[in-house]
Amino acid sequence: MSDHILSLVVWVPIVAGVLVLATGSDRNAPLARWLALAGSLLGLIVALPLATGFDTSTSAMQFVEKAPWIPTFNVFYHLGVDGISMPLVLLNSFTTVLVVIAGWQVIQDRVAQYMAAFLIMSGLINGAFTALDGILFYVFFEGMLIPLYLIVGVWGGPNRVYAAFKFFLYTLAGSLLMLVSFVYLYYQSGGSFDIQTWHKTTLGMTAQTLMFLAFLLAFGVKVPMWPVHTWLPDAHVEAPTGGSVVLAAITLKVGAYGFLRFILPIVPDASHELAWLVIALSLIAVAYIGLVALVQADMKKLIAYSSIAHMGFVTLGFFLFNPLGWEGGLVQMISHGFVSAALFLCIGVMYDRLHSRQIKDYGGLVNRMPVFAAFFMLFAMANAGLPATSGFVGEFMVIMAAVEVNFWYAFVAATTLIFGAAYTLWMYKRVVFGTVTNPHVEHLSDINARETLLMAVLAACVLGMGLYPKPFTDVMHVSVVDLLAHVGQSKLP
Amino acid sequence: MSLMSFAPALPEIFMLAMVSLILVITAAVDDNRRSIVYVLSLLTLAGAAFLTLLDLSAVPVLALGGLFVDDLLGDVLKLFLYLTTAVVLVYSRDYLKLRGLYKGEFFVLALFALLGMMVMVSASHFLTLYLGLELLSLSLYAMVALQRDSAVATEAAMKYFVLGALASGMLLYGMSMVYGVTGSLALADIAQNLADGTDLRIPLVFGIVFIVAGLAFKLGAVPFHMWVPDVYHGAPTAMTLFIGSAPKIAAFAFVLRILGQGLESQVAEWRDMLVILAVLSMAVGNFAAIAQSNLKRMFAYSTISHMGFMLLGILAGTQNGYGSAMFYVLVYALMSLGGFGMILLLSRAGFEADQLDDFRGLNRRSPWLAFVMLLLMFSMAGIPPTVGFYAKLSVLQSVIEIGYVWLAVAAVVFSLVGAFYYLRIVKLMYFDEPHDTTSVVSSPDARLLMSANGLAVLALGILPQPLMAVCVHAVGTSL
Repeated sequence: MSDHILSLVVWVPIVAGVLVLATGSDRNAPLARWLALAGSLLGLIVALPLATGFDTSTSAMQFVEKAPWIPTFNVFYHLGVDGISMPLVLLNSFTTVLVVIAGWQVIQDRVAQYMAAFLIMSGLINGAFTALDGILFYVFFEGMLIPLYLIVGVWGGPNRVYAAFKFFLYTLAGSLLMLVSFVYLYYQSGGSFDIQTWHKTTLGMTAQTLMFLAFLLAFGVKVPMWPVHTWLPDAHVEAPTGGSVVLAAITLKVGAYGFLRFILPIVPDASHELAWLVIALSLIAVAYIGLVALVQADMKKLIAYSSIAHMGFVTLGFFLFNPLGWEGGLVQMISHGFVSAALFLCIGVMYDRLHSRQIKDYGGLVNRMPVFAAFFMLFAMANAGLPATSGFVGEFMVIMAAVEVNFWYAFVAATTLIFGAAYTLWMYKRVVFGTVTNPHVEHLSDINARETLLMAVLAACVLGMGLYPKPFTDVMHVSVVDLLAHVGQSKLP
Repeated sequence: MSLMSFAPALPEIFMLAMVSLILVITAAVDDNRRSIVYVLSLLTLAGAAFLTLLDLSAVPVLALGGLFVDDLLGDVLKLFLYLTTAVVLVYSRDYLKLRGLYKGEFFVLALFALLGMMVMVSASHFLTLYLGLELLSLSLYAMVALQRDSAVATEAAMKYFVLGALASGMLLYGMSMVYGVTGSLALADIAQNLADGTDLRIPLVFGIVFIVAGLAFKLGAVPFHMWVPDVYHGAPTAMTLFIGSAPKIAAFAFVLRILGQGLESQVAEWRDMLVILAVLSMAVGNFAAIAQSNLKRMFAYSTISHMGFMLLGILAGTQNGYGSAMFYVLVYALMSLGGFGMILLLSRAGFEADQLDDFRGLNRRSPWLAFVMLLLMFSMAGIPPTVGFYAKLSVLQSVIEIGYVWLAVAAVVFSLVGAFYYLRIVKLMYFDEPHDTTSVVSSPDARLLMSANGLAVLALGILPQPLMAVCVHAVGTSL
């Protein structure tokens, strides 16, 4: 069993999803819910040995599984994790449980299909994080579009069709060019789809530049980076709460993960050469998108733009080429996973009661929902990057790293501490404080036990990571340092 | 010539004998006992499959004075032809019954067409190639026109016939030029002659142009695609199902035999032509498909684009490329069967289910069939983990292998365009509410087969190796 931990991590949620799907019509909805919860918990439990058995002293791949899959193309079923991907797998398995619980009462229509879509997607995302074979990665990477397309399109808001198409086609456009790069690499590396072999393949500058651009499009759309970010606010606004949580907390991370697993190690020379491009786009995301977030009237849209700004920090950190920046970026990824999930759940809580996401429909919430307001406060502060919350750690590390490279990078990046606080706290003020203007708010009830559980778990994560981030950085450290050393070497022939 | 020298063609001979028998029986039984013909047709297919399996050839055997070759490529393709035809018969039974088309003629024509295809895939000579092609084509013209009182069907048959005859003429003209240059009609001799070099470059190139144009007509590649949407749309859906599946496999073999075997050494001449055909087909097919509101017409344009993709594999001119094209065409046949089969399954008496809107809200009416259709659509769009992805991957790989990276980029851009209209079907089925809430009634065998068809798309997507290995092996031992 212990040799197949990663297979379990990938396949347990998928099999659970298929079982949930088999419960069929909404008459069996309770069964589908409990089965989904059991499946997601089991998925989390089988992932736990990754954390307990992880060797933090090596950057080599661990828990490796390798078997021939398509010998004609030399494709292997090859899984493994290092310090970069392991925390992301755990984050994903953990988030899946939250999503299942979050959709418990809200989703009353086609429950089995809803739960199954999330479970199957969870398995596919774990696959993308653990795949060490290019084609295997691509299958998981694209495969996850199908359930997400259905989640947005079936259970989403009024403009869901537009959002689902936009999301799907944007992502597909990027990844198809990446596929061409994969096949090109296959021939350059002498007939291998192995990602670690690709890390060692020498490539000319022209090839590296073209591939860099193809990869940048593929992962940049997913992250998403300015200016290919426009699908995200649409998808977030239209997606059901669970969909938004998974989108923000997990799928965006797949894009950022792609930078570390593909772009930087495979085309290091082009990455150095074109770092200015990514840094510029990241700083635009941080500063400009922060301003865009300020004027949003829809809470989900606001958090969506805030996600883009926070992910800008991640890509900025990666292209500073120092360990602090990389670790900061990775910490920021995990932290953003917790914070954005929590904020979307908060908005979901309000939306379930009032069926509105408009800031102007709220006001004075604290009078009716004090417990909720307290949790919401914590997550809003974390989003603004308040010290002692997880949001602070990553941003601070990236800003420190940026100062080492160029003061002005750090200067622009640091504006986020102002903008972030401005848009988050201003929204919080308008929603929670003040007098009750909307008569519907008068009749709101505070969060129930299920919702409190979700909030409390996430609050613990946000605070825990903010106060003591060392376990996270310990796991990453060796992998980051070794990968950075690898990226420092030229691959020109 | 001893009797034994006919042995390699035993499946064809068996098929001919059985079709003749069925023709006689058809005349004798009345409409109430038509099922005899149906069962007999399926048994014939099983028998032919048995005979083909009995004599799988590891090395190519030339027979009948060099007119006919029995090789693994032919055997494998024939097995898929039997399978495809059998699936067509099962899917279309109810549809034909409800429309008064459940007649002996349908079965006889389908089996004659199949015989033509069998001859095509095993031909090693221009004459046999042409004979097989004409037997197929004439049967198909008649099949399209089988619904005599339908004006659209008759019009479609007429268009098909006129354009098909034109294409055959071009093909023959090109073949005659190649004959003039090489002095032979046998593919092996032609290949030998051309490999030795010839002074007659101009007539040869002209001949190749005409041959490629004729082949493009038969495949339905742009700019020779005009007949495809009209015929697919006008023909009764059961006929469209047949035209859209098995003949594509035979057409692949036809192209491979002529270009890959006979004109192998002239790859530099025909590659550029195929590049143009492929790019145009992918572009026109995918863009035009977006504008369609009729599903059969949409699939017709999607077929055009898929044939463009298949040509990518052939134009590589390598064993890898031919293998990937073969994989592509088999996968395409599987998806096409499912797509048209779904229209048949959803149609009722007096209701064709061939408008896009007829799929609206299918997830409410029949979640399982909607899921099967979802798999088929994502497979056609080339999204993993369905088998359509590997089909696209393998042809992309073969064009990048010969250094045509730009062509691969163009291909993926067009497949992105294509993804849009496949997604639209999924959107109609899942995101929209049904107009008509009648539950879907279909015979259990067709439904079971449809499930198998959809799951095969998924299963081959998770484990594509067996089929891929068969294709590579078949091409490797036969060329």
